[in-house]
Amino acid sequence: MYLSRIVLRMSIEEGPDGAADRLSRLLSTIAEKRDQAAFREMFDALAPRIRAFIGRRGADPQSVEEVLQETFVTIWKKAHMFDPTRASASTWIYTIARNARIDLLRKEGRPGFDPNDPALVNEAEPSAFQAVARTEDATRIRNACATLSPEQREVIHLAFFEDRTHGEIAQVLDLPLGTVKSRIRLAMNHIRAALGEDTE
Amino acid sequence: MISHHPSDALILDYIAGGLDEAHSLAVAAHLAMCPRCRKSALLAEALGGTLLEDLPAASQDDSSFARIAARISADPAPAPSPHKQSPGRLPAPVRDYIGGDLDDVSWRRLGMGAYHFVVPTRATRSTARLLRIPAGRPVPVHTHRGNELTLVLCGAFSDATGTYGPGDLQEADETLEHQPHAAPQEDCICLAVTDGPLRFKSLSARLVQPFLGI
Repeated sequence: MYLSRIVLRMSIEEGPDGAADRLSRLLSTIAEKRDQAAFREMFDALAPRIRAFIGRRGADPQSVEEVLQETFVTIWKKAHMFDPTRASASTWIYTIARNARIDLLRKEGRPGFDPNDPALVNEAEPSAFQAVARTEDATRIRNACATLSPEQREVIHLAFFEDRTHGEIAQVLDLPLGTVKSRIRLAMNHIRAALGEDTE
Repeated sequence: MISHHPSDALILDYIAGGLDEAHSLAVAAHLAMCPRCRKSALLAEALGGTLLEDLPAASQDDSSFARIAARISADPAPAPSPHKQSPGRLPAPVRDYIGGDLDDVSWRRLGMGAYHFVVPTRATRSTARLLRIPAGRPVPVHTHRGNELTLVLCGAFSDATGTYGPGDLQEADETLEHQPHAAPQEDCICLAVTDGPLRFKSLSARLVQPFLGI
């Protein structure tokens, strides 16, 4: 009886935040110990979601498999570059899966920016966004997403899961470009407000 | 002081992966110059991470992990961290693409004192190029088929929509017909990304357009 209550509490606490901490821990274990068991655990936790993410818009199964493998090989190779003060583990992994998909399915490069570049123009103070703990951010972002209007949620989903630019979203939904841009701005402001940032 | 920023919609396009390589280069170069937009980009990326975590799982193929394990065993060494670049006049994403800084650009004459250099990308439906417009001179009036992104790297230009200095990004769609002028103090160097060929307004400009190759 007592034991089952503990188990129940643990399973409640192993919510999204617990999962995020676990991913972060697994990444450091992989980086420091080259631990294949931790890598396997991460694969089992994430591969089904990453496969769904890569396979959106009807990519063929063989290409999806190729991108999935490239994503995990890159996670293994670059685990030491993960910086938990800059991004949550799931965000870091998201960018790896996205880049692998662009490279292998679209055959294009993806210019990014190197945060260590001395030519980078820096701001004087660390932003509020950087100061907040990442896992806490993830919870706030998740809650903010849940309270987006249906119209705002629709454009965000089309952008992330259907690979549409805002110009293409305007065509798909048969809306003026300005309407789509303003829905995206309102959605982003909703999330900025949830993180205590200035809205734009 | 940057006063013309990309819209949230354009930043989201870049982060979600909808933009092609040439357009992504312009946004990445702006982000390298603009802390405020880097913050928006991190926010959009965190949104992507959250959405990924909440996706329903796809069914798994049991042999996937075995193949990945074989690949990492064959290649156990971690990738080296990217080397730090020395500071340059061009933002790092642009330097990476042209393999050098401003002094290394092989400019091609464009006529009327202007020069250009096509930045090599794998994008098939758009082109990224550096443009060098002499101080005080106009760029011929043109409209766009599709979107044009113009990021000022050095100097400044003005048109009916305002003045654009280093780091400013202009997002123009096909409705904008404009005649940018470089500011008189120095040559204006921009990274310009176009979807289709530019359409010049005057007959003479249209006649020379094929020879300019833009």
